Amino acid sequence: MTTTTTQRHSYDVLVIGAGGAGLRAAIEAREQGMRTAVISKSLFGKAHTVMAEGGAAAAMGNVNSKDSWQVHFRDTMRGGKFLNNPRMAELHAKEAPDRVWELETYGALFDRTPDGKISQRNFGGHEYPRLAHVGDRTGLEMIRTLQQKIVSLQQDDERESGDPEKFLRVFHETTITDLLLDGGSVSGAFGYFRDTGEFVLFEAPAVVLATGGIGKSFKVTSNSWEYTGDGHALALRAGGTLINMEFVQFHPTGMVWPPSVKGILVTESVRGDGGVLRNSENRRFMFDYVPEVFKAQYADTEAEGDRWYTDPENNKRPPELLPRDEVARAINSEVKEGRGSPHGGVFLDVSSRLPADVIIKKLPSMHHQFKELADVDITAEPMEVGPTCHYVMGGVEVDADTTAARVPGLFAAGEVAGGMHGSNRLGGNSLSDLLVFGRRAGLGAADYVRSLGGRRPAVAEADLAAAERTALAPFGEPEGEPENPYALHAELQQTMNDLVGIIRREAEVREALATLDRYDARARRVRATGGRAFNPGWHLALDLRNMLLVSRCVAMAALERTESRGGHTREDHPGMDPYWRGINIVLAVQDGQVTQHRQPVPAMRPDLLALFDRTELGRYVTTAELAALNGEESR
Amino acid sequence: MSYQARFRIWRGDADSGGMADFEVEVNEGEVVLDIIHRLQATQASDLAVRWNCKAGKCGSCSAEVNGMPRLMCMTRMNTFTEQETIIVTPLRGFPVIRDLVTDVSFNYAKAREIPSFAPPKDVPAGEYRMQQTDVERSQEFRKCIECYLCQNTCHVVRDHEENKKAFAGPRYLMRIAELDMHPLDARDRKRDAQTSHGLGFCNITKCCTEVCPEHIKITDNALIPMKERVVDRVYDPLVWLGSKIRRRA
Repeated sequence: MTTTTTQRHSYDVLVIGAGGAGLRAAIEAREQGMRTAVISKSLFGKAHTVMAEGGAAAAMGNVNSKDSWQVHFRDTMRGGKFLNNPRMAELHAKEAPDRVWELETYGALFDRTPDGKISQRNFGGHEYPRLAHVGDRTGLEMIRTLQQKIVSLQQDDERESGDPEKFLRVFHETTITDLLLDGGSVSGAFGYFRDTGEFVLFEAPAVVLATGGIGKSFKVTSNSWEYTGDGHALALRAGGTLINMEFVQFHPTGMVWPPSVKGILVTESVRGDGGVLRNSENRRFMFDYVPEVFKAQYADTEAEGDRWYTDPENNKRPPELLPRDEVARAINSEVKEGRGSPHGGVFLDVSSRLPADVIIKKLPSMHHQFKELADVDITAEPMEVGPTCHYVMGGVEVDADTTAARVPGLFAAGEVAGGMHGSNRLGGNSLSDLLVFGRRAGLGAADYVRSLGGRRPAVAEADLAAAERTALAPFGEPEGEPENPYALHAELQQTMNDLVGIIRREAEVREALATLDRYDARARRVRATGGRAFNPGWHLALDLRNMLLVSRCVAMAALERTESRGGHTREDHPGMDPYWRGINIVLAVQDGQVTQHRQPVPAMRPDLLALFDRTELGRYVTTAELAALNGEESR
Repeated sequence: MSYQARFRIWRGDADSGGMADFEVEVNEGEVVLDIIHRLQATQASDLAVRWNCKAGKCGSCSAEVNGMPRLMCMTRMNTFTEQETIIVTPLRGFPVIRDLVTDVSFNYAKAREIPSFAPPKDVPAGEYRMQQTDVERSQEFRKCIECYLCQNTCHVVRDHEENKKAFAGPRYLMRIAELDMHPLDARDRKRDAQTSHGLGFCNITKCCTEVCPEHIKITDNALIPMKERVVDRVYDPLVWLGSKIRRRA
């Protein structure tokens, strides 16, 4: 068997993805003494984390000393409508402050409070000001800080050994197309260098997936070209499982005009800092959309909501700061009922709420973005905004403490992992998630490698040859009419947007699944023209395989879950069903077919349950579950 | 609203290449990157270009548009007339890989030459205290999205390959200034800036500032103050004498 893979590298830990989670995992693995490689689809430092705007949620209590991990945990569970893996939410809430403080020792410069601590801002669903931030470019600060920490570690290695890349090397503009296994355990990964098109094999007993999300399967999205669900698909094909794939977060505020920028994110900080949503009748419509489960925490009148910004002790927060799923659905309804803005969104206004200089200071990149791309001065006029596909709550099923997937040697952290956010993620909980579970993934992978002793799973040459054939398929002769990858991608995005979007109906999801069958057949005929060196058409042809698989998972789970919860809204099954509160839909691939089954959500420990009052729990859990809880208590 | 625009785009690789002409549809509100994407989808599926966020935040889609170093995602089509031919070429300061994609490894090599943040000894994580006014100076430089337009434009290296070895370029001289102005950085960076990273090459023509898409005042706020600090440290006779005496003691 002959293979053409000329480059072969061997590492202890291979991290796929160079956003916040991947870089934090790599730092940890290297500090654990592992020889570590990081794979980045883009240039080093360009990953999608850079787009995060608002901040990293961590209960440091710098602005309101009443904050604690318990309150953060509670907010996270409420935001996820109690479908979260409670252990993940607990670890996240407990460890986020340390992870943020640690960034300062790497050189990060967050905005400060008057007494010199890290400042924290309000955000949807968070009871207290909790988001560490740098204006509205927190993600950039985070990625640069982690990037610079990696450079710093490389400088240490250079001083000590003469080779900066001895223990930690970044392979950028490199795409992994297949994971390789030895008897069911991870043995390595296969991919190509984008610039030359050359193939590369990484032999590694531990692989950390940190590939981010799936947004590029949807037409209107805030996500970049990289977000093609690579990690989700790699895990599935390697025998791993996905959970919660029906939960896709549509961020309530994306730009809607002009068409070329449709979907680009408008940070939630606009609302956290005082911005309000209005419809074409100038009404602050969010007051009409406060659901029963949140009535106790949100203001009934505009006057009370406005007072909250200066006196949060004695007033309830404005409903513009409800969790994202609620706000996105409300905007969707307003537009549908004819009260939208001229370009099919609603108005987000901060100009009448804050002085121009404060807006420019607190929201500099929003000011810049609207001025340059839409000719809108946000200090003088409202923005037009509407929902945009932003984040997938679903992902690889992992162990909370070690981030280990169901496949020995495979780990996942960040957006590609499932469970942490339940059915809906709170803003600000992603940047902290990356740090907390990125570090744990690095640790988990290192522990696993140590547990192997000197043993190393081997890569089979036959698997390598098969991976090469798959990667070269778009250059072969198709059976039938060749397909243009860009055209098929555009059709897929339209289908997912229209049929498995923010509001779902059974018939439409079924139609989507039938359409996906046809796309799968067409995908086999997708062809690339030109050579292998930096050929985006070829790259897209290969990414399509992942997008189609992941889209199918989203659609299948969306059909299965006959209720509405968080990022999954079924028009034919409105309202939450306590039965489904306890169920995760688990997806796997068997013999090339996607299968799904139901599995109980991990139970919450009694000490965590005790953080909620019974009336609140009663709104979420089944009567039997509640009776069991009450029974335990009386015993 | 839409019209057919004329584009001339450099296509080729390190060995050979030339300008290719295209006629392509343009719609209201579009930017140059939208047009490049349309060409990929309809006429040239292997047209190589880097991009990520499409919102001016990641600094990937740098190119030269009608000779001006720009981010393609922030260059709106309505800044051109419908009649003119728009010329898009790769960054001139770096070797071409393919089409609009250049080899920017120079920048990563330089990044690794700059000594990293040195955390203060005896200040544990969580105990860092800094005032907003003090962090703001460095924060301005941390807005940098590493699009390398300044590195591409700076005349010290734009047409002078021979200077690349000794000159870190505006982005990384600014990085030194950023660390030097960090309220808690524990390292002295002034002498290094001059002797190891080529601050003296900069003769403050401000080309870097002019092309910065983040509107960072690279020259005024980073490079000139850094030069002043270096002068104080390296050339002030009293400081010089003091350092000699202290070293002896």
